[in-house]
Amino acid sequence: MNQTINEIQNEVVDEFSMLGGDMESTVFYIMELGNHLPPMDERYKVKENLVKGCQSKVWLSTYFKDGKVFFLADSNTDVTKGLISMLIRIWNGRTPKEILGTDLYFIDKIGMQRVVGSQRSNGFASMIRQMKLYALGYQQQHAL
Amino acid sequence: MPTLTAVKKNKFDVLSVRAKFPALHQQVNGHPLVYFDNAATSQKPEEVIDALSHFYKNDNANIHRGIHTLAERATAEYEKTRKAVQSFIYAGEPEEIIFTSGTTGSINLVVQTYGRKFLKEDDEVIISAMEHHSNIVPWQMICEEKGAKLKVIPVTKRGELILEEYKKLLSSKTKIVSIVYVSNTLGTINPVKEIIDMAHHAGAKVLVDAAQAIIHIPINVQDLDCDFLAFSGHKVYGPSGTGVLYGKRELLEAMPPWQGGGEMIKEVTFEKTTYNELPYKFEAGTPNIADVVTMKYAIDFVEGLDREAVAAHEHHLLQKTMEGLAEIEGIRLIGTAKHKTGVASFISDRIHHFDMGMMLDARGIAIRTGHHCTEPLMNVLGIEGTNRASFAVYNTEEEVDYFLGTVREIVQKKKK
Ligand SMILES: Cc1ncc(COP(=O)(O)O)c(C=O)c1O
Repeated sequence: MNQTINEIQNEVVDEFSMLGGDMESTVFYIMELGNHLPPMDERYKVKENLVKGCQSKVWLSTYFKDGKVFFLADSNTDVTKGLISMLIRIWNGRTPKEILGTDLYFIDKIGMQRVVGSQRSNGFASMIRQMKLYALGYQQQHAL
Repeated sequence: MPTLTAVKKNKFDVLSVRAKFPALHQQVNGHPLVYFDNAATSQKPEEVIDALSHFYKNDNANIHRGIHTLAERATAEYEKTRKAVQSFIYAGEPEEIIFTSGTTGSINLVVQTYGRKFLKEDDEVIISAMEHHSNIVPWQMICEEKGAKLKVIPVTKRGELILEEYKKLLSSKTKIVSIVYVSNTLGTINPVKEIIDMAHHAGAKVLVDAAQAIIHIPINVQDLDCDFLAFSGHKVYGPSGTGVLYGKRELLEAMPPWQGGGEMIKEVTFEKTTYNELPYKFEAGTPNIADVVTMKYAIDFVEGLDREAVAAHEHHLLQKTMEGLAEIEGIRLIGTAKHKTGVASFISDRIHHFDMGMMLDARGIAIRTGHHCTEPLMNVLGIEGTNRASFAVYNTEEEVDYFLGTVREIVQKKKK
């Protein structure tokens, strides 16, 4: 991984700004992002992996390798899948410390609230919380 | 010069009605707003918006208590709405009209007073599989408390009640039948008159949830012979926070009050309170005066329309929408009852309703997506939710065309 977390955040902000604030292009772009998410094996799509607080179904599972956290995710709706794929793009393969220390400024910069509405913004916040909880768990487990 | 027949034909002019609704004339995400979420709440005509501001600017005072001029005026306006509602739904007397906060408030009032007083262990309450949560949960609560049973009339795949099953559920144990007139998810118009007759033969009382019906169907409570009827002002071009409970006088008289406070009392001592007469017995505290006053203007608006012509117009929009949707690849209509009004629900085999709702919103089209507060119905139909387009008087054929074209495009795009 050669890009830093903030470099990727800036990249996301740039990509969104190229859409010029057009709602339809933005929605389609988010859905397009979801298409690039690596497929999640069906056996991980279980109740225990559902993120609480999302209106749509979002499954999230993780593993820990060489001190880094890796995420697998899927959703039954395309927009939500796109949303979580952004987080995974930023956080996949990072250390728990990096994840926990991230200021996710890209969310405000791309005007997430306006794009996805308040209900989905709440769901998005739940995904972030769940991902951070996993990072915290690994951190404590491995006394990093 | 238009010919006479042309004038007659154009008696109902959607564009001039539409011009009265300021909220409709705006751009959303760069497109003209297409408001197809009328089953959730309708937009308000100018006269309703103006009446609200007029009341606060000129007549605002607390009602029924003061002897000063403003209090008199506010009280008179408030009571005018009661009379307007009475004649709107053909109730026998104004005292049979109770103001509440909405349909939900009205149903809870019946449950907590009539239900609490008259339901006993092993009694039965009948609802249907297509009820809104507002007509399920309050009954569940009281049934649990009283040891009574909740029975459910099943629906067919098309979304029609199975009356033979209803007949089997009715017995001397049945105390109350609480039924939706028009389904907010399916648009089905239920045969409420028949349902009421059958309930009365079994000795049960009937509450009609007219939340959706009120905007589409002229209602005559005496003709229906329902015992209670509930609706919300905001779903019939009126302000939010207003609701109506109609009840037959003898039933309302027999019911104990629910909430205690000012307005609902005749005499209060620390030993005992005697209650006020109808309808005030059920209107404790300072009510939602301004909005109730304003509701009259919504009723006047509806009564000023040629309702038959409006019904024909709305039916045409619905028919065209359903036919158009049925032709789009992978779209399935949910709710294809023979008698329907106002609502077209559908699902797509490749696009989740949340995504569909967002993509339509990006094009300025407002629909509702999800379970529409009818989760048990979703379970019966084996689906998670639907996309729901719902219509009101001001919607146009051009809007339907634009909507159908957009859905078609979205489905196409998604295929690639
Ligand atoms: C059939 C039906 N019943 C009850 C309600 C509840 O109405 P309110 O939220 O105005 O109390 C609704 C509103 O969606 C409805 O459609």
